[in-house]
Amino acid sequence: MKLAVTAGTPGSGKTSILLHTIKALKRRGNNPAVVKVDCLWTDDDTRFGRLGVPVKVGLSKDMCPDHFTIYNTDDMIEWAKGEGADVLINETAGLCLRCAPYPDNCLAICVIDVTTGPNTPLKVGPLLTTADIVVTTKGDIVSQAEREVFRERVLEVNPDCMIIEANGLTGKGAIELAELIEMSEETSEDMMLRHTPPLAICTLCTGEMHVSRKYHMGVLRHLDGFTEYRGE
Amino acid sequence: MTTDIKLTIRGGIDKNGLPDKITEINIIPGDIVGIVGPTGSGKSTLIDDIEQLAQGDTPTERIVLINDEKPDINLRVDPRQKLIAQLSQNMHFLADMTVREFLAMHARSRGKGPELVEKVIELANSLTGEPIYEDEHLTVLSGGQSRSLMTADIAVISDSPIVLIDEIENAGIKKQDALRLLTGEGKIVVVVTHDPVLALMASRRIVMKNGGMCDIIYTSEAEKDICNKVIEVDDWFMSLRETIRQGNSVEEVA
Ligand SMILES: Nc1nc2c(ncn2[C@@H]2O[C@H](COP(=O)(O)OP(=O)(O)OP(=O)(O)O)[C@@H](O)[C@H]2O)c(=O)[nH]1
Ligand SMILES: Nc1ncnc2c1ncn2[C@@H]1O[C@H](COP(=O)(O)OP(=O)(O)OP(=O)(O)O)[C@@H](O)[C@H]1O
Ligand SMILES: [Mg+2]
Ligand SMILES: [Mg+2]
Ligand SMILES: [Zn+2]
Repeated sequence: MKLAVTAGTPGSGKTSILLHTIKALKRRGNNPAVVKVDCLWTDDDTRFGRLGVPVKVGLSKDMCPDHFTIYNTDDMIEWAKGEGADVLINETAGLCLRCAPYPDNCLAICVIDVTTGPNTPLKVGPLLTTADIVVTTKGDIVSQAEREVFRERVLEVNPDCMIIEANGLTGKGAIELAELIEMSEETSEDMMLRHTPPLAICTLCTGEMHVSRKYHMGVLRHLDGFTEYRGE
Repeated sequence: MTTDIKLTIRGGIDKNGLPDKITEINIIPGDIVGIVGPTGSGKSTLIDDIEQLAQGDTPTERIVLINDEKPDINLRVDPRQKLIAQLSQNMHFLADMTVREFLAMHARSRGKGPELVEKVIELANSLTGEPIYEDEHLTVLSGGQSRSLMTADIAVISDSPIVLIDEIENAGIKKQDALRLLTGEGKIVVVVTHDPVLALMASRRIVMKNGGMCDIIYTSEAEKDICNKVIEVDDWFMSLRETIRQGNSVEEVA
């Protein structure tokens, strides 16, 4: 089984480009299956379903969507095997910019929208910096110069990545992406995460409702950057 | 930049999936080729095929070759090696950066130094009305100012052997000056246009219809004579326009 984990900010064009990529994969004789993870709601499953590939949705609800993805990775692979697939494509929710849901033995794909401006690559963190492939979308809306500047910024934060200039509407870049997925290594057991998740046990996560500082515990960071630990 | 380079466009399909009537076009340095056709006929799409060096992987299924070969992947993507500069139909920048920051970064992406920034701004200001300042944010520039800056940026920073231009006449900038700046000497130039002067300045023009390349018209000697007349009328029209823009009366000019 090959595993392609596709992350990227909401609306960046993940599903659009994956739809074209799945068609290309199928044409080339692969059997892809898709899992979409989101927090609360998604209709991506109906979009993928139209291609006649096995589709599954996972909603993370109260759990961090990236943690949910990682926690369920083994299960997803088992499911895809059961469906007779040889490639598992996982579209993540991609909301948490501190975590990155990429295991080591997968093809890590970050989809990023160039219309968000050339400062975006500096903001997205490990989602972008630990990806193998960076797919830029919506280049049709900006000038060639802006696309080139955006590309330069991506390479600044992730010098070793492969960049694909794609278009989710026309499918530009999808064949290239399909080839790279096809050429990627098989997944293995006992995978490790690429990026160390943030060291936070958060009191809000455990149900704290008070705003006032005195109720908060754990690793706490002030506006000025001062960081302290409060608790046991 | 005079390199021996040949650009080939092989026909694909139109919006109905029927083959392009024109099956192959070859363009060599020094050639100016026009693309004409009604709104929505696929002019920009054709120029995008060239920019991406399409390999049957776009909706038009066209194939673009350089020197009769499928271009190397790096020629397609790496701006330092790119052979193509494109002025697209976009009228605005979306990047929230100052003019200077943006140009310096674009120069870097093309493997060039920051000393070009001033030159770009100076050139842009020769094409536009209100001056552009280097500390301004790109997003506050008007459509015409943005087009001027994009034009100057291509002339100086993206200086490439193949130049693609999409409707330069629409931004209220000096179109003939802009065209001269962009085309330079010995380049392959492809211009999408609705403007008779620009269309007749080309040695031939591809006619688009329903997404397909349906004809090629060579500019005849008679058309070249007409072109000269049109330029005179156009210059007169431009001087009227400039006079009105400056807030003066056109009685003396007319
Ligand atoms: N102009 C343009 N629009 C695009 C492109 N790619 C995607 N879109 C549009 O962007 C919107 C969002 O695309 P999706 O593919 O749903 O994005 P997503 O990342 O899967 O979104 P979530 O799964 O909700 O996070 C849609 O309206 C697409 O049609 C592109 O290359 N160019
Ligand atoms: N060969 C083709 N196959 C499928 N779709 C096409 C083809 N050519 C063009 N189109 C589609 O037609 C639409 C209009 O094309 P395009 O923007 O290139 O027109 P245009 O001639 O540049 O128009 P304008 O003069 O308004 O700029 C686009 O959505 C494009 O994707
Ligand atoms: Mg999606
Ligand atoms: Mg157009
Ligand atoms: Zn997280």
